[in-house]
This record gives sequence, structure tokens and C-alpha cells, in this order.
Amino acid sequence: MSEVAQAEVAPAEVAPAEDPTTLHGCPLDARPGAVVVHCNRDDYLPLMTALKDDGYELPVGVTGVDYLTHPGRDLPAAIIPERFEVVVELLSLEHRRRIRVRCQIPAEDPATPTLFDLWPGTEAHERETYDMFGIRFDGHPDLSRILMPEDWEGHPLRKDYDTGHIPVQFKEAPK
Amino acid sequence: MTTTDRPDAAESAEPKGATEPNGPNGPSELAEARKVTLLDRILGRVPSADSELTQILETKTDEGSQEMMPRARTSTRELSRESGSVLRLPEGVRLDRSDIDVDIPEDETMILNLGPSHPSTHGVLRVMVELDGETVLRSKPVVGYLHTGMEKTAEELMYHQGGTNVTRMDYLSPFFNELGFCLSVEQLLDIEIPPRATWIRMLMCELNRISSHFLWLATNSSDLGAINMLVYGWRDREMVLAFFEKVTGLRMNHNYFRPGGVAADLPDGWHDDVLALCEAIPRRMDEYDNLLTGQPILQNRLKGVGPLDAATAIGLGVTGPLLRSTGVAWDLRRDQSYLAYDDVDFDVIVGTEGDCWDRYAIRFNEIRESVRIVRQIIDRMPSGDFRTQDKKVTPPPRNRIDESMEALIHHFKLYTEGFRVPPGDAYVPIESPRGESGCYIVSDGTARPYRMHMRAASFANLQAMAPLARGALIADTIAIVSTIDPVLGDVDR
Repeated sequence: MSEVAQAEVAPAEVAPAEDPTTLHGCPLDARPGAVVVHCNRDDYLPLMTALKDDGYELPVGVTGVDYLTHPGRDLPAAIIPERFEVVVELLSLEHRRRIRVRCQIPAEDPATPTLFDLWPGTEAHERETYDMFGIRFDGHPDLSRILMPEDWEGHPLRKDYDTGHIPVQFKEAPK
Repeated sequence: MTTTDRPDAAESAEPKGATEPNGPNGPSELAEARKVTLLDRILGRVPSADSELTQILETKTDEGSQEMMPRARTSTRELSRESGSVLRLPEGVRLDRSDIDVDIPEDETMILNLGPSHPSTHGVLRVMVELDGETVLRSKPVVGYLHTGMEKTAEELMYHQGGTNVTRMDYLSPFFNELGFCLSVEQLLDIEIPPRATWIRMLMCELNRISSHFLWLATNSSDLGAINMLVYGWRDREMVLAFFEKVTGLRMNHNYFRPGGVAADLPDGWHDDVLALCEAIPRRMDEYDNLLTGQPILQNRLKGVGPLDAATAIGLGVTGPLLRSTGVAWDLRRDQSYLAYDDVDFDVIVGTEGDCWDRYAIRFNEIRESVRIVRQIIDRMPSGDFRTQDKKVTPPPRNRIDESMEALIHHFKLYTEGFRVPPGDAYVPIESPRGESGCYIVSDGTARPYRMHMRAASFANLQAMAPLARGALIADTIAIVSTIDPVLGDVDR
């Protein structure tokens, strides 16, 4: 049993060592405190499947970022910057490692495959990301709003969604 | 009284809906449809698939319903999730509806709401359950009642104001929210904080873990009928909160941890106060051991109820005492150490069965372990600065402002313009009383976070609700919600 487990682990240990700048074909950004993999949308599902096989078994979270007003962020050359990013944080209990995946999502078609089949624990996080950013997760079992009311219009954490103001009237205190 | 008021309220709400720009008939038709459906649900009648009513309900929004729908209207994947099976089938295998263990005809079951306003749901959690008699067939937590858009608010606040915002998320463990926020900001700023600040943070966090677990002990026991423990738990939590008030000025929502250190040094005599807590708490814990642990009623309510296995817990992203109850010894304080947890001795409490009883025992004993850590902190608290001397993030001390014009200007600029944080993103995980917590911050180089996302332990842990509640009785469901220990401020943010 332990031999089998080691045989499964070994390729994952070797793969990053061969080429320290990529992981499963996606550019790797290893800095102090975090290991970040960037990917375009087409590579998203193959990359996540490969990471799952590498032993990242615990889904820490899925969230989104809207880079509408901050397009010039620091990205590897192979990555085409898009308006949205889906950020996935994964954890391997066995190797005590964590990894962050940043996937570019174009504004004209904000959709990406769901990770529900790989990690069922991404379900609520993806619903929240959909609710807040309007990024659709294709194949998600129940893609409905989770925090906002179900008849809410718009996706609040998008940068073009105004916070709005409530007019305040100052009146005398009732006597 | 309320039943007679309700129709009037509904009628007075109608004209408001009619003035909406959707059209003259649209909203009132919808309201009518909702009323009938509610009645149908109460009577257990389910509208047929092609009825106009169902169509209105389904096309009301393109997102679909947040509520748990009748089985006939639920997809197989969703049904399997709600009935608690965390299935991951090999590719090419289609999930069959008959694989899902809900084989009772739909007209013999009932969909019931637990919450949102019920004391044992710990705030405003609403759990929808489908019941066969008293047995839960499937369940779905419906959340969002406490959502106040704190992540959006955070984008408008400067970094030194951010703590005030995040501390209100998980309101039972405010220090952990602040710690997650500060560690992420400090990683982006790439600054070291002085040892005393680190140890003060550790002291406050461990005391906070004690107060949070005390409140859990109180509410959990009262959910299970041990009402006297409710009073004791609140009383003992108050001892710890009194110390917090002495240090930070507030019992809750402290904003005490700031990027670069802590807001103020510990007050004179903190040593004796904490020592008194360390004397009192273990004695109290022994009393509660006598009161609760050996009690057959409590044991019967908890043992074997809501068992969780390790694979399910890991797949669902469950962390904290829930994960440890399944036998996985995973504690970020030990396994991915932060602050100075490497320098203190403590045990990671692990369960074996993953049932409510294990979760009870783990939290109970984590209080004792935290006391052990606090005692070591008292002995080894270093002296020195309580915040970094980096002028970029730390304002000048108060007495300098009186004598130096530059200090006054510096202070003014820091509090009106804030400090700029280099562009990048950071996430530093910490072990909160409920599991892994942390703050994902994206900076665009200005003085305000471009994006701030709190990884809420309660939010992820709540996904374990469906697998735990499957096959349980309603009374057990209360025990299960209670031992998941969700804080709805953390879930909804």
C-alpha cells in the first residue's frame, strides 16, 4: 500500500523540478509565502485535474477578482490578461503544501467549467463567485445566488457596480 | 396576534409592487404565485411540472431558486448533493436517480424550514429539510440573511481602516479576522513585525479561542437541553471579554491588530489578569467535565450522531475541529506554522469517529490546550516594541506630535491618505476556532485594497450540513448544526 502511495507521489515531486518556471504547462510564480500558477481559460480544467492528481485534495476556496480598473497587473508572458480572474486555493494535507491558481476569464463570455466533480467542496464558493461576479460555472449542480436575494439584479463585486448612496435626511428628534 | 396582522401587511405591500416598472400585472401575479406555493408546500402538495404556477416560479429569475425544490424539479446532481452523497464517479458513468437513497414517494414527505429565526440555528441560518416522518432525507442550508457586502466595503476603506471592517465578520473570534487581514497586508508590504507584537497577537488569539469555544459550549449545551451550562458558558466568556476590554477598550470588534503590530501595548498588570484566567478556567473546565461529559443524556444526544468521514470532510473543504474529529491531525498552528506557534508546546486534539461527541470533546479539550499555550506566553513574553518602527505604516507616538511639526504632518498624512501597498496578491491562512480562515488581498499599489476576500471557515464547513444530516432525526439536526458551529456573520459577510 505504501509503495503504491509513493509511486503516485513521485511524479508530482519530479515534475516541478524539471522546469521550475512551469507546472503542467502553465507558468509558475513561486514567491515567498505562496506558489501561484497562472492559466488561460482553456487550460483551466486540465490543470486542475492534474493538480488533483498531484495530491491537492482539500479545496480551500474559490473566488473571483474583477480587474476592470486595474488591467496592468503583473502576469507571465504566456497569459493573456482578461477582465476577470477566478482564484482557486488548494491544499495538500499530505505534503503540507498549498497552491493558488489564477485563471483568466474574458468579460464577453464570463464562464468556466465547474470544479464540483473534482472537489465537491467548491460548490458553495462557486455559487458565491457567480453571485458576486456573474462568472458562470458550467456544469455546476445548483448555480443560484447564495448571498444576495434571488431576485437581485447585477453582481455587486464587479467594479462597474456602484456602491450607491442612501440619502440621509437630518430631522429633529421626535419630542 | 401576528397571524391576523399578516394579511394586512401583505396587502399593504401589494400596491408598492404594482408601481414597479415591470408591468401592471407582473409583480402581483408573482406574489399570488408565491402564496399558493407556500400553502402547497405546507400541505405537501407539489405543483405538476407543466403548471403555469411552476413556470412562473422557475422563470422568476434566470439564476433559479435558492430554496430546496421538490425532488421532481431538482437535477440528479443537485439531488445527490442535497441528500448528502459526495459522489465522485469515474468519467463516463452517469449518475442514476435510483442510486440516490431517497425512495419514498414525494407525497409522503414534507419540506420544512428550520429557521431562519430560531435560537438553535445560531443566528439566521435557515436549513431546509425534506422529512419522512422525523427522519431527514435531504437538507440544504439557505444563507445570506446577514449579508452586508463587507468585501465591497473593504474596497473603499484604507488599509488602516480595514481592521474595523473585518473584525465584524466572525464576531465571536474577531482577533482571527484581524490577524488574517494584517498578515496578508504585512506579506504584501514585506515588513517584519517585532517579537512582542507577535506574542501579544498570539496571547489575544488563544484567549479568543477560549472565549469562542466557551460560547460554543454554552449554546451547544442549551440546544441539547442543558440550560444551566448556557449561563456558565456566557459567564466564563465574560471573564475573558473583560480582559479584552481592558486591553483594547472593547469587548468585541476590537480593531486591535493593525498592519505592523498592535494598536497599543498590554496594560500594566496584564500578567496578573491573564494568570488569574489561567487559574480559573481549568478549574471551571473540570466542573463542566463533571456536569456534562459524564451525563448520560448528553452522551445519548451526541454519541454516534452526525458521523463524518475523513474523505468526505477533505473533499468538502471542511477544516478545524470538524476535520480533526474525523481523525485527520491537521492544525495550521502546527502544520503550517504562523506567528510564533513553533516556539510553544501544545497538542492537536484529534477524534476518531467524527460524530458530534468527538466534536464536543475536541472543542472542550482545545480550551485546555489554549490555556496551556497562554501560560507559556505569560512566561516568555518578550519586551520591546509592540509595533514596527517602519515609519511608512506606523504613526509617530502621541508625545512626538506635541513637539514636532514633522511628526504632526506625518500623522495627518498617514491618517488621511493611508499608506500605499505594493501591487500583488497575498493570502495567509490561520487556524481560527472554526477552521482555516484567511484574507485574500489584491493590491493595485494604492492605499486601498483592490479586492479583499475573506476565506470564511464557517462558510465552507456549512457544506458538511447535507452529509451530516442525512438520515438523522430533527432533534439530531439541531445537534449537528450546533457542532458544526457556524457563525452567520462569517458565512454571510
